Amino acid sequence: MSKIHQMTRDSFPQLLQVLQSEGYRCIGPQVREGAILYDDLDSIDQLPRGWQDKQAPGEYRLSVNPSPRYFAWANGPQALKPRLFTAREVMWKADIDTDKSITFSEAELAVQQMAVIGVRACDLAALRLQDAHFMDRPLPDPYYSKRREQLFLVAVNCTHPAATCFCVSTGDGPRVTTVYDMVLSELDDCFLIAAGSKKGESVLAKLATTPATQDDINVADQEIESAARSQTRALPSRNLRDILFNNLDHARWDNVADRCLSCGNCTSVCPTCFCYSENDQPSLEGNTSEHLREWDSCFTQGHSYMHGYVIRPDTKTRYRQWLTHKLASWHDQYGRSGCVGCGRCITWCPVGIDITEEAAVICADHTDA
Amino acid sequence: MHNPHLPWPAEVVEKVEESTSVITLRLRIRDNVIRNSYRFTPGQFNMIYLYGVGEVAISIVSDPDDHHLLDHTIRAIGRVTKGLAKLRSGEVVGIRGPYGRGWPLDRAEGKDVLAITGGLGCAPSVSVINYIMERRAEFGRLTILQGVKHYNDLLWRERYAQWDKQPDTRVLLAADVGGPLWPWHVGPVTVLFDEADIDPHSTIVIMCGPEGMMRASIKNLLARGINESSIWLSMERNMQCAIRQCGHCQFGSKFVCSDGPVFSYPEVKALFGIKGF
Repeated sequence: MSKIHQMTRDSFPQLLQVLQSEGYRCIGPQVREGAILYDDLDSIDQLPRGWQDKQAPGEYRLSVNPSPRYFAWANGPQALKPRLFTAREVMWKADIDTDKSITFSEAELAVQQMAVIGVRACDLAALRLQDAHFMDRPLPDPYYSKRREQLFLVAVNCTHPAATCFCVSTGDGPRVTTVYDMVLSELDDCFLIAAGSKKGESVLAKLATTPATQDDINVADQEIESAARSQTRALPSRNLRDILFNNLDHARWDNVADRCLSCGNCTSVCPTCFCYSENDQPSLEGNTSEHLREWDSCFTQGHSYMHGYVIRPDTKTRYRQWLTHKLASWHDQYGRSGCVGCGRCITWCPVGIDITEEAAVICADHTDA
Repeated sequence: MHNPHLPWPAEVVEKVEESTSVITLRLRIRDNVIRNSYRFTPGQFNMIYLYGVGEVAISIVSDPDDHHLLDHTIRAIGRVTKGLAKLRSGEVVGIRGPYGRGWPLDRAEGKDVLAITGGLGCAPSVSVINYIMERRAEFGRLTILQGVKHYNDLLWRERYAQWDKQPDTRVLLAADVGGPLWPWHVGPVTVLFDEADIDPHSTIVIMCGPEGMMRASIKNLLARGINESSIWLSMERNMQCAIRQCGHCQFGSKFVCSDGPVFSYPEVKALFGIKGF
């Protein structure tokens, strides 16, 4: 890690100005419709300074916070995923001629270099998993990869995890450790800032900073450690891959299916869920048809539809598919769990189903061989 | 950057009506360079696009040595396939592929091949049967066991009759529901196993069809001493991207579209037959 610098609160707006002058479209967290969402950021004043969140299973509320901090809150429903793997996009279109010949053309991607400010460790871990799925492969997905190549990440060490967070147990936070261009620690009277890439170093060089004092570094470290200690939820530190697949008949699957609405909120807010469906949208003129992809969810009937037959017709098999994929078969696909401990699926579940609790109950009766 | 999602235009050269609901489309990729470099192995599939409706995964049933004309046997059952069945010669579709892992033909060389197929899902194995017929000397005995639900469901009656006349080749047919025009066995496909004269030590089994039929067949074959790793099966799942991205075809940790669709039984055994996977 590069040298840690200190930046006064008064100088903080410089960060946005420098990124803007470098040509980045800047995206940052803002209060929108009662939640903290990521959107175009024109001014530092748009950041959710003076706000705090309260999260619990099925519950998310913002309230006023007397703290002077910009980042005294835990993640809202979305961060990076929709920026790279968009919820709905045209992949290509087919033009049909009067002689019935068809021309296929790739959708034009207007990709601008984009800086996202305020990314947390859990979302960086999720980004690595999305990278592995969409980009680090023999034939990279062009839509994802082109946006990813233009991404500049200003991460923030998380000091205010929500009650639903459990990134410590997945090993993904709250400290930012990888794939960032710059990383911030916010203290009451200043920011600590360090670069994690060449691009980050060049931005850092343009900011008014002084070397960080050891005292400030210690305070920042203590805040991160305290954030880690404050987390009350955890996934069982067991071999979930084997335990889940050895308990496919566990009574808990019926129990959770009685509560689950199969609405797909969990898969929408999950920063690692990658399923999408492909659909055509023909024009009314009848001469062109757009081929789209849209986020899909294993909680829908269509997800497992196969020539007139549905593999997962009920909520039990859908929830079991989701959990066994996320916590078990992901290990075989990408070498680690598909869960980064962000807790979004717990907060945004309308009936408050808690992934850590479901996993714990299924593990409880299991003795490791 | 190469876009793996983009189809190529292909012309319907011929449409063969196999039955009231099953057709074979003979497709020719329009672009010369792509057509000449296109290669596939039996058991692989293409994504076929119908203008304005969407794509569907269809296995290739023609011979891999003729990559200029690609045959796709399609049952008209969903939005895309019903539309494909209405196409006429000269019309254009999209095609991209080939995708997935095909049959382990190198492992079958010199061995007996037992092909077990069920229902109308026999297309993926037709490609391998055709392949063996064209290269008969490279393989041992070929036994084809085909089971259908109803005696009316049998496709390619003439083709089965032709195959049955070939040297070292036997065709045995069974229908769950027989009838006046059904001279063969009545019952599940496993009723044919005794008659098939299977040598468990030098046989490679290839199968496709309903998973219930495949499960029953596997149980029966294992009891006869066939090694699990000699059993290969082609699986079907919802496939939309065909490049292990869209997530629909996942079977445990496998992406059926690219880890399969042909698997050796030990690869899928842990979850095979469990409802919901």
